[in-house]
Amino acid sequence: MSNKSNNSPLTKKKTMRPVTKQNLITYVMVIVVFTVLQTLSATGNLKFAHKALLVPVCTSIIMAVSLNLVVGVLGELSLGHAGFMCVGAYAGSFFSVLTEDVITADWLRFTLAFIIAAVCASVAGILIGIPVLRLKGDYLAIVTLAFGEIIKTIVNALYIGKDGEGFHIALDSTNLNMATDGQIILKGPQGITGTPKDSSFVVGFILIMITLFIVTNLMDSRTGRAIMSIRDNRIAAESVGIDITKYKLMVFTISAAIAGCAGVLYSHNISTLTATTSNFGYNMSILVLVYVVLGGLGNIRGSIISATILYALPELLRGFSEYRMLIYAIILIVMMIVNNGTYFVKLKEKVSVKFSSKMKKTAKEVN
Amino acid sequence: MALLEVKNLGITFGGLKAVDNFSLTLEKGALYGLIGPNGAGKTTVFNLLTGVYKPTTGTFLLDGKELKGKKPAEINKAGIARTFQNIRLFKNLSVLDNVKVGLHNQMKYSTVTGIFRLPSFFKTEKMMNEKALELLKVFELDKNADTLASNLPYGKQRKLEIARAIATNPKLLLLDEPAAGMNPNETKELMDTIKFVRDHFDLTVLVIEHDMSLVSGICEEITVLNFGTELAKGKTDVVLQNPEVVKAYLGQ
Repeated sequence: MSNKSNNSPLTKKKTMRPVTKQNLITYVMVIVVFTVLQTLSATGNLKFAHKALLVPVCTSIIMAVSLNLVVGVLGELSLGHAGFMCVGAYAGSFFSVLTEDVITADWLRFTLAFIIAAVCASVAGILIGIPVLRLKGDYLAIVTLAFGEIIKTIVNALYIGKDGEGFHIALDSTNLNMATDGQIILKGPQGITGTPKDSSFVVGFILIMITLFIVTNLMDSRTGRAIMSIRDNRIAAESVGIDITKYKLMVFTISAAIAGCAGVLYSHNISTLTATTSNFGYNMSILVLVYVVLGGLGNIRGSIISATILYALPELLRGFSEYRMLIYAIILIVMMIVNNGTYFVKLKEKVSVKFSSKMKKTAKEVN
Repeated sequence: MALLEVKNLGITFGGLKAVDNFSLTLEKGALYGLIGPNGAGKTTVFNLLTGVYKPTTGTFLLDGKELKGKKPAEINKAGIARTFQNIRLFKNLSVLDNVKVGLHNQMKYSTVTGIFRLPSFFKTEKMMNEKALELLKVFELDKNADTLASNLPYGKQRKLEIARAIATNPKLLLLDEPAAGMNPNETKELMDTIKFVRDHFDLTVLVIEHDMSLVSGICEEITVLNFGTELAKGKTDVVLQNPEVVKAYLGQ
C-alpha cells in the first residue's frame, strides 16, 4: 500500500481524519470513566455521598456541552441556559406525575418525558430566539439572562391541577376551582412533588452519549461549518450565502432541547422539584458558563472534563467544612491560569503531536 | 442583455453622499476595474452591490433580476460573490473548510442527514472535498488544505478568499484590492490567476485596485470614482491619460 497517491489529500480517507479521531477519544474517555464508576458502584466500593453525585454530574455535563454549542460554536453569549433546563424539568416532571398511573412501563414513560421536555424546551428556544437574534454580544446576554429569570418566576407562580373536567390553570391555588377528585400537580413555589425517581447513572450516561453524538456530528457537518463560519466572521459568512438567522435559531433550538433533557434527568432524580436561584436561576446559568469557558470554547471534551471536576469538587471538599468554597474558588483560579498558561499550552501541543504521530505509525503498520 | 446593470446607485450617510449617481453596465465575461483615491467610495459601491448597505437611490440588476434591498446571503445566491479589502476568512476553520463553507449552497444535505450520518452525508462530503481541493489547486493552496486559515501567510489568505468566493459559483466576482500587500512578482501571478479563473469559471470580474500595473494589465475598461461620483469611464489606457484623473490622484 505504498503507492504515491496515498499522500494526496483526496485519498486520505484511509487514515482517520483529525476531527474523527478527537471525537473518538472523547467517546472512549466517557465510556471508560462510566465503566469504572459503574463497576465501583455496583461492587459497593463507592460511598453513598459519592454515588449521589453521579446523576447530577451527568446533568452538568449535558448542560455544559449544550451551552458550548451556543457560546463556543456559534459564538453568542447566553446567560439564560438554566431557563431551558427549567422548562424541560417541569415539563418532564409534569408529564411523569400525570401519567404515572396510566403508563406503567417506566422506560416508556421516561422516554416520553424526555421527548416532551425536549419539544417544550425547543419551543422556548425558538420563542426566545426569534426576538433576540437581532441582538449581539452583551445585549443578547442581558436578554437571555432576563429570560432565565422570567421562566423561574413563571413556574413559581403557576398552579396547574387536573380533575375529571380537565386541566385547571391559575396563578393562585384558591382560584383553581378544582373538583374534589382533582389533583394539583404543579403547586406554585412548592413545585412538583412525587416525580417518579427514574433517573439513574446509566440513563445519564446514555443521555451524555446521545448529546455527544448529536453535538459532535453536528459540528463536523455542513451545518456545523456554517455555524462556525458565523462565529468566525459574520459578514463573510453572509457574503458566501449563509443564512445567519436560520442557523442561529437552529443552534438555539437544539441547545435548548438538550438542556431540556438535562432538566428531565435532574427532576427525576429528586423527590420535590422547585425552582430556586441555585438550580434554575442566574447562579446555575453562570456555573454552566464557567464549565464551558474553563473547558475551552468550542471544546466539547474540555466541557465534559471541567463540568465533572467543578461539579464534584465542592462535594468532595466537604471535609474542609467552612473553607470549602474558599478552596473551590482558589482551585478555579489556579485551573484557569494553568489551563491557559504558556507552559501548559505548549505541553498540550507536544502531547497531541506525539499522540498523533503514534497514531499514524500504528495506522501505517496496520496497512 | 448585460450581466450587471447598475442604475443611478447612491447612498447617503447622515447627509454625506458617499456614492452618488453611480451607473455601470457589465457585459458577460468582462474584466472591469474600479479605481479612485482613498475614500472615493469604491468599497461602498461593493457594499451596495452585495447588500451590506441598502441604497438610498437607484437600483441594480443581475441578469435582468432586480437585487436592490435583498440581503447579502440572497444576493450571493443570486450570483454575486466578493472578497474583502481587510481579509475576512473563517480563521478557526481549516483552509479546506473555508472553501467548503463557500460550497454550502452548491452541495447540500440536511442537518438531520449530517447528525445521523446518512449515506448522502458521506457522498456529498466526498464531492465537496473533491470540488474544494480542485479549487484550492487553482490557487496552489491544496498543500495547505489542513492548515488553519489564520496560519496562512498574507498572500495566500488573499487567494483563499478568492477561492472561497468562487466556490459559491457566482456569475459576478467582486475583488476588493486583491493585490494589496503583494510584491510585484506575486501581483503578476495574481493577474494570471484572475484571467484564468475568469475564463475557466465563466465569470465576470469587477475589481477595485490601487496597483496600476494590475489595473492596466488586466482591466479592459475602468471607472474612476472621486468623492463618490464618477470622474471618468472608458478604455483603461485612455482613462488613465485623462488629465482630470491624473489630477484626482496626484493633486494639482
